[in-house]
Amino acid sequence: MAAIDITDVHKSFGKVPVLKGVDIAIASGEFVVLVGPSGCGKSTLLRLIAGLEEMSAGEIRIGGRVVNDLPPKDRDIAMVFQSYALYPHMTVAGNMSYSLKLKRTPREVIADAVTSAGAKLGLGLLQERKPRELSGGQRQRVAMGRAIVRKPKAFLFDEPLSNLDARLREQMRFEIKKLHRELGATSVYVTHDQIEAMTMADRIVALNGGIIQQVGTPLELYDDPANIFVAGFIGSPAMNFLEGNVLPGPGGTGISVGGQTLCRLSMPLAGSAQSKVTVGIRPERVMLAGDTSGLQAQVVLVEPTGLGTVLHLELAGQFLKLFTTERPALKIGDTAGVKVDSADLRFFDAATGQRIRVAG
Amino acid sequence: MTVAIDQSMAIRHRRAWSSRVLAVSEPWLYASPAVILLSAILLVPLAIGISYAFRDIQLLDPMSGGYVGLSHFSEIWNDANFWNALRNTLQWTVVSVILQFVFGLILALMLNRPFPGRAVVQALVFLPWAVPAFLSGLNWAWLFNPVVGPIPHWMVALGLASTPENILSDPSHALWGPIIAIVWWGIPFFAITLLAALQSIPKDIYEAAEIDGAGPLQRFASITVPFLAPTIAITLLLRAVWISNSADLIVVMTKGGPADSTQIVASYIFTQAFQRLDFGYASAIAVVLLVILLVYSALLIFVRQKLIKAG
Amino acid sequence: MKGSPFRKTAFWVFHYTVIGLYVVVALFPLYWLLKVSVTPNNLLYSEGVRMWPSRMTFDHYLSVIHHTDFPLFFRNSVIVAAGTAVFTTLFAAGTGYAFSRFVFRGKFWLIGLMLVTQMFPLVMIIAPIFRMFAPLGLTNSLTGLIIIYTAFNVPFAAFLMQSFFDAVPRELEEAAMIDGATRFGALRQIVLPLTMPGIAATLGFIFTAAWSELLFALMLNSKQDTTTFPVGLLTFVSKFSVDFGQMMAAGVLALIPVCIFFFIIQRHLVQGLTAGAVKG
Repeated sequence: MAAIDITDVHKSFGKVPVLKGVDIAIASGEFVVLVGPSGCGKSTLLRLIAGLEEMSAGEIRIGGRVVNDLPPKDRDIAMVFQSYALYPHMTVAGNMSYSLKLKRTPREVIADAVTSAGAKLGLGLLQERKPRELSGGQRQRVAMGRAIVRKPKAFLFDEPLSNLDARLREQMRFEIKKLHRELGATSVYVTHDQIEAMTMADRIVALNGGIIQQVGTPLELYDDPANIFVAGFIGSPAMNFLEGNVLPGPGGTGISVGGQTLCRLSMPLAGSAQSKVTVGIRPERVMLAGDTSGLQAQVVLVEPTGLGTVLHLELAGQFLKLFTTERPALKIGDTAGVKVDSADLRFFDAATGQRIRVAG
Repeated sequence: MTVAIDQSMAIRHRRAWSSRVLAVSEPWLYASPAVILLSAILLVPLAIGISYAFRDIQLLDPMSGGYVGLSHFSEIWNDANFWNALRNTLQWTVVSVILQFVFGLILALMLNRPFPGRAVVQALVFLPWAVPAFLSGLNWAWLFNPVVGPIPHWMVALGLASTPENILSDPSHALWGPIIAIVWWGIPFFAITLLAALQSIPKDIYEAAEIDGAGPLQRFASITVPFLAPTIAITLLLRAVWISNSADLIVVMTKGGPADSTQIVASYIFTQAFQRLDFGYASAIAVVLLVILLVYSALLIFVRQKLIKAG
Repeated sequence: MKGSPFRKTAFWVFHYTVIGLYVVVALFPLYWLLKVSVTPNNLLYSEGVRMWPSRMTFDHYLSVIHHTDFPLFFRNSVIVAAGTAVFTTLFAAGTGYAFSRFVFRGKFWLIGLMLVTQMFPLVMIIAPIFRMFAPLGLTNSLTGLIIIYTAFNVPFAAFLMQSFFDAVPRELEEAAMIDGATRFGALRQIVLPLTMPGIAATLGFIFTAAWSELLFALMLNSKQDTTTFPVGLLTFVSKFSVDFGQMMAAGVLALIPVCIFFFIIQRHLVQGLTAGAVKG
């Protein structure tokens, strides 16, 4: 196992910059998830680590050794591709043993490694099948098996679950995580799916536009987002954003939305020169007042999810989602009173999207 | 300590440099055998051929080889045979391309619809394409021959001729012989190309049009034609160039005769080089043909750009 | 096809009639070739337009095989066509791989160059090739023909091979390189096995093309022992233009190898020709 250090990495395709100076230090044995929308540069970063692309500037070290000029075959890493990239003309056993054969590993050692990896992944009876005779989930397992037989310094995953259906994805999430615990291998996992990021990562790296937005544990990103991008990307249903006005007053700073006062803060907002602010609040933190007190909002849509209910509300021309595990007897068109706790509010600069913290 | 770091830096830089050289040269490594061969066997002779056009090159005359300037070209200007060949080239190319295209398109449309036995039919109707061009020429020459071929007798039976004559020996119709042979031989090429283009049209577009109420003819006009248009344009362009260049069918079937009535420019070049061994004059005609083809291609590309801009 | 059952039936009758006509027109000339080749000489003129002779004979084939040089021509053509097919496919595989997998300086011009070689009249270089090849001993030589045919066919074959390489996902090679293979190793162990059908199709295309070439063979080789089948047949036709039975028997023999290749590659035709469709 090895640490991966990424220092000030830049990458452009022609004149188009894709990565604009990325620094990440991945500890040995850590499971790091790179997450972001498509085109954010997360896959490019993974391919740079693998050596499949040449970086424009910067340095990557694997286990302390600079690998900038090493071809992929000399980096001792394994990668699981989105399409699995199984060799169609080789059997399952052939796919898993290819890398060991290239290393001229003795035949018995190969056979042992393939058998034990196959057993670990439940591929025991499929060893002699060709990839086209396998289901999507089985192919996924073979791709995993191909990675683990070689005991590499690090595992790279490029959206490995995106071709599976929802149920299988849930199961594979669990299995990948379990494997990681057993093998303790340094892993870099790329996904656009924030649920995969939340459930699997030791640490999440949120990328957008080729720039790291935030690095932290899943709950840090969830509870304490650095900017509006991270706040909006992590979490489902997504965080609500409301355009608010800042009203400085003698009893503290008031925040109003569409003429109704949302909350009153005892402390001023840091750098609260602006009069406008974007207020973020998670849907599960918006509460029904139970009567007509609080903010008055119209019910636009009721979505029962079984686990609870998502209410889509309109508050003075702005939309607000509310998640509750109750099953409120509200219909479209009803007026609901909602309330929020000011501790659950996150404030963002309306112009730059950066987080504004409450002073104090 | 410092020295060690410097050294490792130097090694790194050297490796970076050599890996970069490798990265740049690797594709050329794979392509180089072909590049060398093409340069030596096609480009160098092409340049030499162009230079021959300005020289007196007679294969059997060791004294020849001097530069003659543009005299070959003025000779061409006054060469009635050349102008005749040029007219024949135009007729030969236009008629052959149009007939190949029309019959090829009909065949492609027929084969695009699944029916029992399609695979077998497809193999059979594409078979002429595999027949060597020279053999297709010989074969048709025999079919037109009243001694062994049925066609002259059928013509009589249909009342199109009074006696079984060989069309290839009739100066006013002889060009139709090679045209029929090349059309027979070339239909599969058009059909294959157009069939591939037809099969690349997504089926759901047709379904959407049908749901929108378009009939078969409207679907053909509003979906098939626009989708095929680029393939048709490029295929027609390339085929026309190719057909105007192909001399072998003419050489095999008529040798340009009777009375030069089937001589096209390409076969005229070959005759000049092969029979008269006058390489200089042959090369000059070849240069003229090359220029005509280049102008034709440039014109087509120009028109195409205009159409794209207009559209 | 919707509409009344009558219209539906009429449509299919029309469809099959047209298809039938195409099949007849495509096959009739070949059928006639075969028919004359098995017609005894004494029936040739008396039974001119009969669809099948009242008596069959293989005498023409026997005399072509035993009393002419066609077996030699056949051998020469096989050597030339097979040699051309192998070298062309080898060279084209390299170029096609470079086109498919690399973005490199000069690629645009290289592709342009290859397209241009498909456009210019090949008769143009007959004379220079003759002058270049004669002092090198490449006239009256099968090697000379293999060289020139390879050069003609490499551009088309390269585009063809590119399309077959393009069909192999890049990720397979990347996976192999991560598994520890060099790029060339990945090409050899992963990509080439997967392009085998494409390579076979290319070999077939090029064999057929080389088998059919006439003009350069006619110009460069005049000696009997390096004459290819097309040239031999043409010479035979001009010399003994009355022995139709033997000529057509030789013609049928010339067809055999290309027909075999045709039926092997037939499945790949549509895919292959769309890919690089420049030349038939």
